[in-house]
Amino acid sequence: MTSFKPRNNRAWLGVLPVLLIVAFSAVIPLMTVVNYSVQDILDFNSRFFVGFEWYRETLRDPRFIEAFLRQLLFSFTILLIEVPLGVAVAKGINRNSRFTAVTLILLAIPLLIPWNVVGTIWQIYARPDIGLLGWSINALGITYNYTTEPLHAWVTLIAMDVWHWTSLIALLAFAGLTSIPAPYYQAAELDGASRWQVFRYVELPRLRGVLIIGVLLRLMDSFMIYTEPFVLTGGGPGNATTMLSQHLATMAVGQFDLGPAAAFSVIYFLFVLLFCWVFYTSVVRSDDA
Amino acid sequence: MMHKGRLSRVVLLLYGVYLLLPLYWLLSMALRSNADIMGDFSFLPPTITWGNFGEIFSNPVWYEGFVHSLSYVGINTVISLAVAIPAAYAFSRYRFLGDKQLFFWLLTNRMAPPAVFLLPFFQLYSAVGLFDTPLAVALAHCLFTVPLSVWILEGFFSGVPTELDEMAQIDGHSFLHFFLRIFLPVNRGAIGVTLFFCFMFSWVELLLARTLSGASSKPIVVVMTRTVSASGVDWGVLAAAGVLTVLPGVLVVWFVRKDLVKGFALGRVS
Repeated sequence: MTSFKPRNNRAWLGVLPVLLIVAFSAVIPLMTVVNYSVQDILDFNSRFFVGFEWYRETLRDPRFIEAFLRQLLFSFTILLIEVPLGVAVAKGINRNSRFTAVTLILLAIPLLIPWNVVGTIWQIYARPDIGLLGWSINALGITYNYTTEPLHAWVTLIAMDVWHWTSLIALLAFAGLTSIPAPYYQAAELDGASRWQVFRYVELPRLRGVLIIGVLLRLMDSFMIYTEPFVLTGGGPGNATTMLSQHLATMAVGQFDLGPAAAFSVIYFLFVLLFCWVFYTSVVRSDDA
Repeated sequence: MMHKGRLSRVVLLLYGVYLLLPLYWLLSMALRSNADIMGDFSFLPPTITWGNFGEIFSNPVWYEGFVHSLSYVGINTVISLAVAIPAAYAFSRYRFLGDKQLFFWLLTNRMAPPAVFLLPFFQLYSAVGLFDTPLAVALAHCLFTVPLSVWILEGFFSGVPTELDEMAQIDGHSFLHFFLRIFLPVNRGAIGVTLFFCFMFSWVELLLARTLSGASSKPIVVVMTRTVSASGVDWGVLAAAGVLTVLPGVLVVWFVRKDLVKGFALGRVS
């Protein structure tokens, strides 16, 4: 949102429908959550105000802290793999060939599969008895069983997420690469730039914008991940792959602990906001400098 | 003329294999009988059977699941586009009181973990009598499809020169005529891409869809999880259902393939 735009407060009329929808689908529920988070609810007729009690309890709860650390580890691991891999894949795509469209559509497929089907696919694929991957690894003489070994469950979960989402980064990076005008490359060639220098000084700066979007989206979405581990491992073995969303869903729906679950929700939401805000402002600041 | 080494070609190729193998395995499982699946391991199906797909098309629980899913995805897409188009136009063309704050606030809704909203959604939609209808899921999915639609459309609309608006004004067209007959057709691609993203995020979501649907509107993704938890998983039928859930996405992506790449960059490729 840059350039010169006339000031016109009647533009609010255009935004009004969005506000109404979002108020219904986000503001009312969020207020309900905040309201629950400061009450002890035995049933809906007997509830009393407890202040920040649930917040204190949640922040001290070792299960929350473990799920949170697990979540951090997961999100940073997949970012570290998906971003460089996505850029490398994008660089491999031919820009003007008959196969460009086919390649792009193939890349987009994992993004269009319902998330529980992604879990199902990997369940079928990685099972040691009926899965191509699980069976092959075991056939190589390496014992692999993601349903009993926490480490194997982790590796499988990360492999699944990489399969599911690297395409997003790749498509973004491809969009960024195609926007670089040919004279940039010609100039670099005249200067005798090496391939690495071309990447570092010509391509990477132009990729900055799309990569910010990509990292933000992956950061937000990986922090909300629920369905894929739910189907693949059910959070197990033990609690080894229980991420924040799953912990929350168990509390809210499984155990019906309204107050603590609501406090958890508020803390969770604030963390996601905080991460995105820190990332966004630090990137934008260094842009201005 | 893009500089590319042999290395990035190899990476692309390997990644392609990594991407396709699980998909191949899904398809291959869908074409086997359960005896074949649980029997000796083989890369190719020993015999091909269409029985798993037959089961889905003959069992109402399965095919009605598809109908329920497609109906809430459809409703959600219509609502999202209807509210997001005017808003994106307003954001792209005018400055107004609190516009930047509003835009950021909209995005924060895209960041809200759906798990946070499980309980209040359940209570809200029960209270207004929408629980267990496709409309409830459609409205709940607006939580992330509406902000995303505004975000994408604003990016595309900002790229359309304001001269277009001014020319129409000089030619004496009314605003409504300009908007419907000139502006929207120019942005066909942008609208197609937004449609694709609404479809994608509504189609793939499980958590809210599961919470807001009861016995009479069970979507396909929920039918699938019920099969998983039943004792003795019917892997063949599960895989066949999985294959069928991939197809609508492939169809939609085929229709927007030309603008897809720009859409993934949310219209922000300069």
